[in-house]
Formats: sequence, structure tokens, C-alpha cells
Amino acid sequence: MIEGISIYEILTLSSIVFFVGVYGFFTRENLITVLMSIELILNASALNFVIINTYLYPDFLQGAVFSIFIIAMAAAETALAIAIIINLYKLVASVEVKDTEKLKY
Amino acid sequence: MDFSYTILIPLIPLALFVILGIFSKKIPASISGWMGSIGLGVTFVLSYYAAYQYYLNGKVNGVYQPFIYKYNWMNFTDKLHIDMGVLIDPISVMMLVVVSTISFMVHLYSRGYMKGDDGYTRFFAYLALFSFSMFGLVLATNLFQIYIFWELVGASSFLLIGYYYTKPSAVSAAKKAFIVTRFADFGFLVGILIIGYYTGTWDFQELNNPEGSVITNWASTSFMGLSVLTWALILIFMGGAGKSAMLPFHIWLPDAMEGPTPVSALIHAATMVVAGVYLVARLFPMYYFIEDGFALQVVAYVGAISSLFAAIIALTQNDIKRVLAFSTMSQIGYMMLALGVSGYHGHDGLGFMASMFHLFTHAMFKGLLFLAAGSVIHAIHSNYLQDMGGLRKYMPITHITFLIAALSISGVPFFAGFFSKDEILTAAYENNILIYISSVFVAGLTAFYMFRLYFGIFWGKDKEYEHTPHESPMSMTIPMMFLAFMSIAGGYIHFSKYISPDHMPFEAHLNYYLAAIASTVGLIGIVLAFIFYKKENNLSERFSHAFGIFYKWTYNKFYFDEIYLFVTKKIIFGLVAKPSAWFDKNVVDASMIGIGNVTESFSYKIKGMQSGKFQDYAMGFISGGVVIAIVVFYLWIN
Amino acid sequence: MDILSLFVIVPIITVIALGFSKGLKQSRIVALAGMLVQLGMSINLIFAYLKERAVNDDIMVFVKDIMWFEQFNIHYSVGVDAISVVMIALTAVIVVAGIFISWMVDDLPKEFFISLIILSTGVFGFFISLDLFTMFVFYEIAVIPMYLLIGIWGSGPRENSAMKLTLMLMGASAVLSVGIFGIYFNSNIGTDGPLTFNILEIAQVNIPEAAQNLFFPMVFIGFATLGALFPFHTWSPSGHASAPTAVSMLHAGVLMKLGGYGVFRVAMYLLPIGAINWSDFFLVLASIGVVYGALGAIMQKDLKYINAYASVSHLGLVLFALLMFNKTAWNGAIIQSLSHGLLTAMFFALIGMVYGRTHTRDVAKLGGIMKVLPFIGAIYVITGLAYLGLPGFSGFVAEMNIFVGSFQHDDTFHRILTILAVSSIVVTAVYILRMVGKIMMGPLSNPEYANLPKATWYEKVGLVMLLIPVVIIGVMPFGLGEMLKESIEPFLERLL
Repeated sequence: MIEGISIYEILTLSSIVFFVGVYGFFTRENLITVLMSIELILNASALNFVIINTYLYPDFLQGAVFSIFIIAMAAAETALAIAIIINLYKLVASVEVKDTEKLKY
Repeated sequence: MDFSYTILIPLIPLALFVILGIFSKKIPASISGWMGSIGLGVTFVLSYYAAYQYYLNGKVNGVYQPFIYKYNWMNFTDKLHIDMGVLIDPISVMMLVVVSTISFMVHLYSRGYMKGDDGYTRFFAYLALFSFSMFGLVLATNLFQIYIFWELVGASSFLLIGYYYTKPSAVSAAKKAFIVTRFADFGFLVGILIIGYYTGTWDFQELNNPEGSVITNWASTSFMGLSVLTWALILIFMGGAGKSAMLPFHIWLPDAMEGPTPVSALIHAATMVVAGVYLVARLFPMYYFIEDGFALQVVAYVGAISSLFAAIIALTQNDIKRVLAFSTMSQIGYMMLALGVSGYHGHDGLGFMASMFHLFTHAMFKGLLFLAAGSVIHAIHSNYLQDMGGLRKYMPITHITFLIAALSISGVPFFAGFFSKDEILTAAYENNILIYISSVFVAGLTAFYMFRLYFGIFWGKDKEYEHTPHESPMSMTIPMMFLAFMSIAGGYIHFSKYISPDHMPFEAHLNYYLAAIASTVGLIGIVLAFIFYKKENNLSERFSHAFGIFYKWTYNKFYFDEIYLFVTKKIIFGLVAKPSAWFDKNVVDASMIGIGNVTESFSYKIKGMQSGKFQDYAMGFISGGVVIAIVVFYLWIN
Repeated sequence: MDILSLFVIVPIITVIALGFSKGLKQSRIVALAGMLVQLGMSINLIFAYLKERAVNDDIMVFVKDIMWFEQFNIHYSVGVDAISVVMIALTAVIVVAGIFISWMVDDLPKEFFISLIILSTGVFGFFISLDLFTMFVFYEIAVIPMYLLIGIWGSGPRENSAMKLTLMLMGASAVLSVGIFGIYFNSNIGTDGPLTFNILEIAQVNIPEAAQNLFFPMVFIGFATLGALFPFHTWSPSGHASAPTAVSMLHAGVLMKLGGYGVFRVAMYLLPIGAINWSDFFLVLASIGVVYGALGAIMQKDLKYINAYASVSHLGLVLFALLMFNKTAWNGAIIQSLSHGLLTAMFFALIGMVYGRTHTRDVAKLGGIMKVLPFIGAIYVITGLAYLGLPGFSGFVAEMNIFVGSFQHDDTFHRILTILAVSSIVVTAVYILRMVGKIMMGPLSNPEYANLPKATWYEKVGLVMLLIPVVIIGVMPFGLGEMLKESIEPFLERLL
């Protein structure tokens, strides 16, 4: 609970973060920044969990627990993704999205 | 009386054809010639025996009775079927005699004429096939049987004209003959179909019965102002005109002379080309009674015009076989017009009788003319009049027999042609004075061009020959002598006793007044020919110059060939066949290929959706999810 | 084992045996042996049929029915009437002749014969099937090997032609399968029984008129594409031109007959009202095909193209006759199928022989072959004359039945169309004589042709085998006509 700030402001913030992430995911050319965009999406949702838990159901802890899960999963996901990107880099010497279009046709 | 043995007459040549055809490589020439001649000799004897038996004993109460032996060959519907069989009646027996005589003589003659040819056995096989088909045609019991053998004679004619198949002119002549007659047969077949549909029968006995339902009900259905049966008869006559080389289907006959000369004698002078006349005679009661003989009028005028037309062309031709071919066409025109002016009962049937009479005598003397021409060609290896001259010294028998035939065809008294031609002129005089005048004129022209040939070949100066011409061997001269005998004796047969449209004998007498006119005209023709061609002089050239353009047109056969060529090459091939081939390639096929191409290009268009960018896929995934969510939400709130 | 299933089993055994054989010599003997057995059985079948017919009045005899897929009520169901019997005999003759003609196929002989015999299995199966589903399966079995046969053993632009042929026939069978399912889902109307594919059972119910009008054109076009209906015929010229000889023979001789057979066995029998409603439209298409194919043949330069267009014309006549709904015309249509099958097979065999020796099929380049190859030349002329409908050969019997039957129609429109169709006999004479006159007769066009090898024994056997039935039908048509008419009657009754 933060005085003077309602749930709406915070939810607006988290939505902005989420859509910034989505926008970044779709448009970024570099795989690393795409990964960073995914982090933004995940963090926006983690933020949502915490905020909704705190503001609406202060007696429960599930939201906080879930956000910890999300952080853990994000870490794992980042590790995997970095591994894939490194391997891809070894293969095509680039981390640009346009160089990964091997699935075409 | 039993005539069932007549079935052997067509079957013997058929057996010969099968044997000679299958084993043509195995049978040596010396045997095949004899096989053919003996086989046809047997049919010759059988035919004469049948004629003797029939004309002597075939009458019941003064009317010749038909004898029919047939079996069912194929069923179409409950009513319509094709029978195969033999029909013995006055005209078929007469035709048997004609065909077997000429065929036998030509077989004998060919043994000498074709000696040393590679395809000797093949030649006799074709001759046997032709004889079989011609006998079948003559003996047919119904319209469809005639059509079947009609086609077969056409095919054997094709094979025989194209006998020298390595010669391009022979091949194209054979094709032309077949296709032109085939076109005419298209009319014949449609006529048969119409008769089958409207009358339900093809049997000659039912069709030709003057009291029968076919003839009495002719007016029941009409089409464009004429009875459908009249149309059918005109279409059938179209078939007849095709085979008999009447205008405008005559163009194949002169070219058909590319075949070996015995073939021209057999097929294109004596037998096959008169099939059209025989066909009209066969259906004569129908032609006469239906629509009061409208179709018969057509026959008469087509015959008269063809006869005049051909006689004029024959004046200018230089190939002796082509002169004879046009002469044949002209004489067949005579037979047609005689049928056309004929009546039905008693003495009115004179034209019918005269036509058959002329068919008979014409077969003899025209067959002889061709055989004699063949003998000349055999000796000097050329068809052209300008290469000939003074041959009477070298070929006495050919000379005399040719002279007899020429006198006969010119209508000189006491020769066979005189009697038959006189009957035709009498019949024409009694019915149609216009046709009569044209016929008399044709008689004069006939005499003139025949003696032009005669003097050109046998008189005048000797030409340069490869070797001294010599008389042909016995195998060739004996048939010629026999036919020469027939060309005189044939005229003394009293045809009216045997042949008439209503099968009742009647008395026909020579009309001395008309006969005198005709023979005078004929003699004038001969005398003119004597003046022009007996000695070498330039009279004829001066005349042809005087006629100028008319001579040129005549020499080029009035450009009929060119007209046909234009129609087929330019119009049918150029304006119909070629565009339809183009249409097939560029429209029908292209549209099928077009369907394939459209499918392919469409798939090229949409393959960009598979970009390979995972971000695009994610975009698609998420926007899909959003759309579904909106739909679900929308449905949920409703 | 029943007498009919053997017609499918013997080819399958032959194919298995071919799998174990090696080289040209073994495989051709195995293939020939198997197909000779087949030919013997088909001749035996004719006599067995006549014997059975005398005591059995059913529409189909030798019926055998085994459940195949229970839940969709699909059966393996076989039976024959006179029409299938003669078609089977035709197929057997042509297959054997085809094996003789391909006696010397040097490229992958084993695979060639296997494909050829699989194809013929499909055809045999098609002719004996009484169940629409099995019939369709056999139809597809017959079409697919065509792709391989043309694509691998063909000549010229073979991949393209094979693709075009297969795609067009597949497209047609897609349409056909919709039609067949349309029939299937209407097959229990008024009976409340299970849905069925059995032809004889479906014939007992009356499918509603709207459904018939919808499905008849689908079934008709599906089959008639195989029968070269204008304007769906364009697969055939290029397909024939590229196909190896035996395949052209089998294709034009037998496979194209499946079209006409299917039209009257399925389309007209099961959807009679649709047939009547659509008949005028298709009749016009068929008559156009008759004349148009003949005209197209005049202008072609490749011998095989001439023949392919001639087939369009002659098979157009089959469809034309079938649409006349007349016993005589139908009889003619079936005899025409037989006659065209035999004659066109002969033509393709002859063209193959000429091509094999001179390496050209261009009419302009060939000439005077008869002098060098007397046997082939003589048979070529005979075939040509038979093809243009000379009496004494089967073509005449067939055409006359068609023309006379069609002309019995009471409607003037139909009679005028008949006259139009009759006019094709003239055009046929033109292109046949043009071809025969040019390539067989005349002077030898090329001095190199002077020493072409003469016809070999297997070529002679193949040709004579095909010629014999042509002459038999042409000379003695009575028995065949009566036998066929009896079987046509129940099918025709549905349309009248």
C-alpha cells in the first residue's frame, strides 16, 4: 500500500511496461533486445500479481508467491535463451533476427 | 425354281481375295493369275446360267418374279435390320451378266497386261475383292446391304487406283476418288436413315411395291415443301451421283485413270461407275411414284447436263484414258437421263429399259475401248495422243476391235450402241424435247471425239517409239475379241422382253425416223473427225484458236478441280480446320493450363506468409488470440 | 475363389512374381504368362456368361459380396453383365498385345511391366465392381501408374504431359468423388435402411430430382473427362504423344473406355432424371466433340496427335450415343468402345513401330514406308480403312448402330445433331487417307529408310491379335449385338 497512489496508476504503469515489451518483442532486430522485451513482459505481469495481491487481497500471499515463480522462470528462460542465442551466433555469426529466417518456405 | 446357287457368285471372289490376300507373298504370279481367272470363269458360267434360267422360266402369269434368299445379319430395332442375301430379279440378273463378263475378261487380260509386275498377286487379290463387292452390291436385297457393298467397292476402287502406290499422282487420285465418293455417300447414308425412320423398312420389296404403304403414304410428312421421302431419294441420288461421276461429283473419275488400265476398264468404265444408275433403277418405283417423280426429274436433268458437259470436255483432252473417262461420264449421263424420263407401266417404261440396255452395251464397248487403249499403252508406254500415230500396221487386232467399239459408241447402225442409244433418244423424245435435243447433240460430239482418238492413234504419221510397237499377246487380245463380238451382238438382244419397270415384258420397236436423225448426227461427227484428224493438219489448232477462251475453259475442265481445291484447301482446311486446331491449342488447352498457372501464381503470392521470422509468427499468434478473446467476450456478454 | 475375383488376383500374383524376376527376358515372360492366363480366363468368361445367362435372369450374374468397411457399409462387391464381359475381354486382348509390342523395352523392364499390370488390375477391377466405392478405388489404381509410365518411359516433354494428364484426371475424379458421395448420402431415401454404395441397391431408390440435377453433371463430367469429352479432352493428345507405345495402346484402348462405361453404369443408371434434364446440354458438347475432334485431326502433324484427336471424335460418338437414350444407339456405343479400343491400339502399335525404326512421327518427314515395311504398311492401310468405318470391320457396325439408333429419336433437334455427327465420317476419311497416303504410300521420303528392319514375329503377333476381333465383330455382328442388347435393357428402362 503506497499512500496517495491508487491501484489504477500502478496498473496503468504495468500495462505500459507490458505493451512496451510486446512492441519491443515484435519490432526489435536484435535477439538480445528481443529477450529484454520478454523480460519486460514478464516483469509487468509479476508486478501485476504483486499489486493486485497487495491492494485487493491483503490477507493472502498467492500473488507474491506467483511473482517469485515468475522471476525464477524468467531467470531459467533467460539462461536458455542466451544459450540458444550463443549457439546461433556460432552458427551464423550474428544475433540479428533477419539472419535467423531459416524456417522460411 | 432354285437360285440358291447364285450365292456362290459373290462367295467365290471373296474366297479368292482371302487366299490371295493372306498368302500374297507365297503364291507365285503364275498361279495367282490362273486362280483368279478360273474363279471368275466359274462365276461367269454361273451368271450366264442364272440369266438363261431366269429369263426363260422366271415368269409367272407374264410377270417376272423376284427370288430372294437372305438371312438376318444385324438387328437395329424391332423393325429395322440388315439382311444379307441375294435378290434375283430382271435387273440384278442382267447386272450379274455384265459384271461377270467384264470381270472375267479383265482377269484374263490382266494376266498379260500385268506380267512382270511386283504386285501381281496383290493385283489379283484386289480384283477379286472388287468383284466380290460388286456382286454383293448387285444382288443386294435391301438398301443397307447396297450401302455396305457400296462402301466396299469404293474401298477396292481406292486400293486399285492407288495400286502403283509409290507414284504420288496415283496416291492422290486414289484419295480423291475415295473422299469425293465418301462425301456423296454421306448424302446416301442420310437418305437411308430418313427412309428407315419414316418407313421402318429398307427392304426393296416393301419399298418398291406400288400399292404398298411406303409409296401410297409418301405425302404424310413434308419438309421445306417437299415430302421427306423425296428428300431422301434426292440424297440417295447424291450417293449415286458420286459413284457414277455425275456433276458435280465427277472430278474423281478422270484422275482415277492413274490406276492400271484393266482396272479402269473394270471399275471406271463398266461396273462400279454404273452403280449409281443401278441404284436409281433399283428404287425406280419410289422415284417414279413419290411426289409424282420430282426426284426423278432431278435425276433426268443432272444426267442430261453431265452428259453434255463431259462430252464437251472430252473433245479437248489429250490423255486417251481421260478422253475415255469423260466419255464414260457422258454415257452414264445418258443412262441417268433415260431413267429420268421413263414412265412405269407398259410401253412408258421404255426409258428404264433403254437405260439398262445402254448400261449393258456400254459396259461391253467401253470395257473394250479401255482394254484396247491398255493394249496401245502397253505397246508404246504413253497415255498421250501426241505420242501415238500410225499404229494400225503394228497392232491389227487392237485396231479392229477399237474400231468396232468406236463405231458402237458412236451409234453407227447395226452396232450395239446404235440400238441402245436409239431407245434412249426415243424415250427422251417422247417425254422431254429439251433433253432430247441435248442428247442428240451429245451423240454427235461422242462420235467426233471417239474418232478423233481413233484416227489419232491408228492413222497419221508414225511417231518415234522406244521400240517397234507390237501386237499384244493372246491373253490380252482374246478378251478384246470377245468384247468386240459382244459390242455388235449385244444390240440384237430384245431387252424389252426381259427388262421393264413393272417386270412385265413389252414390245419396243425401233423408231426409224429418230434412228435416222441420230445416226446421221453420229456420221457427221465421224466425218468431221475424219477431216480434222485423218491426216496431220492444223485445222484443229485453227479451230481451237477460233474458240479461244472457250477452248481454254474446256481444256481445263471448266476449272472444277480448282474450285474443289479452293473449297477444301482454303475454306475447309484454312477457315474451319485450322482455326479449330488453333482454338484447341490456344483456348481449350490454354484455359486448362491457365487453371494450373493461376493455382501456381496464387501459391507464390501467399507463400510470403511463411516468413521465417519468429516475431511474425508471434504476432499472428497473439493477434489471433486477441481476436478469439474479443469474440468470446462478445458472446459472453450477450 | 469365384470366377470374377480371379481377374484381380491373377494380376496381383503376376506383379509379385515380377518382383522376383530379373532382367528383360524373365520379366516379359512372367508378364506375358500372367496376362495370357488372364486372356484365357476372359474368353472363358464369355462362354461361362452365356451359359449362366441362359438360366439366370438377374441384371448381374456371378455376384459376390464381401463386407469391407462395416461402419460405412462399404463392400467388395462384384458381378458382370454382357457389357462388362466384353470390356474385360477387350482389356485382356489389348494388355497381351501391349506386352508383345513392348517385347524389347530396354529401360527398367521389370518396373515397366509391374506398372503396366497394376494399371490393368485397376481396369479389370473397375469393370467387375458393383460397389461405387470399390469402383472408385480401382479407377484411381488405374490412373496413378499412368503418371509413372509416361513420366519414366515416355518421350518428348514427358514430365509435363504426365503432370497434365494426371492433374486433369485427378481433378475429374475429385469432382466425381463429390458426385459419388452425393449419391451415397441419398441412397437410403424412402427405405430407411443404411446408406449404401451398392449400385443395384441404389437403383431401387428414387433420389430426389434436385439432388439428381446437382450430382449428375458432377458424375458425368468426372467420367466423361476420361472419355475425352469436349472441352475436357486436352490431356489426351499430349499424354498420348509422350507415352510409350504400350501405354498409349492401353490408355486409348482401355482406360478411356472407363469413361463411357462409368457414364452409363453410374451416372445414367443411378441418376436417370438428372440425365434426362442435362442430356441436351451434354449432347451438344458431345456432338461438337465429334466434329471438332475430326477437324482438329486434319491439321495435326504428329502421328500420335492425329490419333489422339481422332479418339476425341470417336469417343465423342460414344458419349453422343449414350445421351440418345436409345437401345440401338447404346448398343452402338458399346460396340464403338470395343472397336475404337482395338483399332486405336493397333494404330498406336503401328505408330510405335514406325517411330521405333525411323525416330520420327512427323507426317511431313515420313513417306513411302509401305515399300520398305510391307507387313506394317498393309496393316496400317487396313487399320485406316477400318477406322474410317469400312464395312466388314467393327467400326462400321458400331457407327451404323449409333447413327440408326440416334436417328430414331422423335425430336427433330436430335435428328439434326445425328446428321451433324454423320458428317464426321467424311472428315474421318480425309484425315485417315491423308495420313495413310502420306506416310505409307508415295515415294520413299528419305533414302535412309530403305533398309529399315522388317516387322518381327512379336510385332506381327500383337497386331494380328488385335485385328482378329475387329474382323469378327465386323463380319458377324449379330450375336454380339443380341447379347449386349439384353443387358442394356434394364439400364435403359430407368431412363424411359
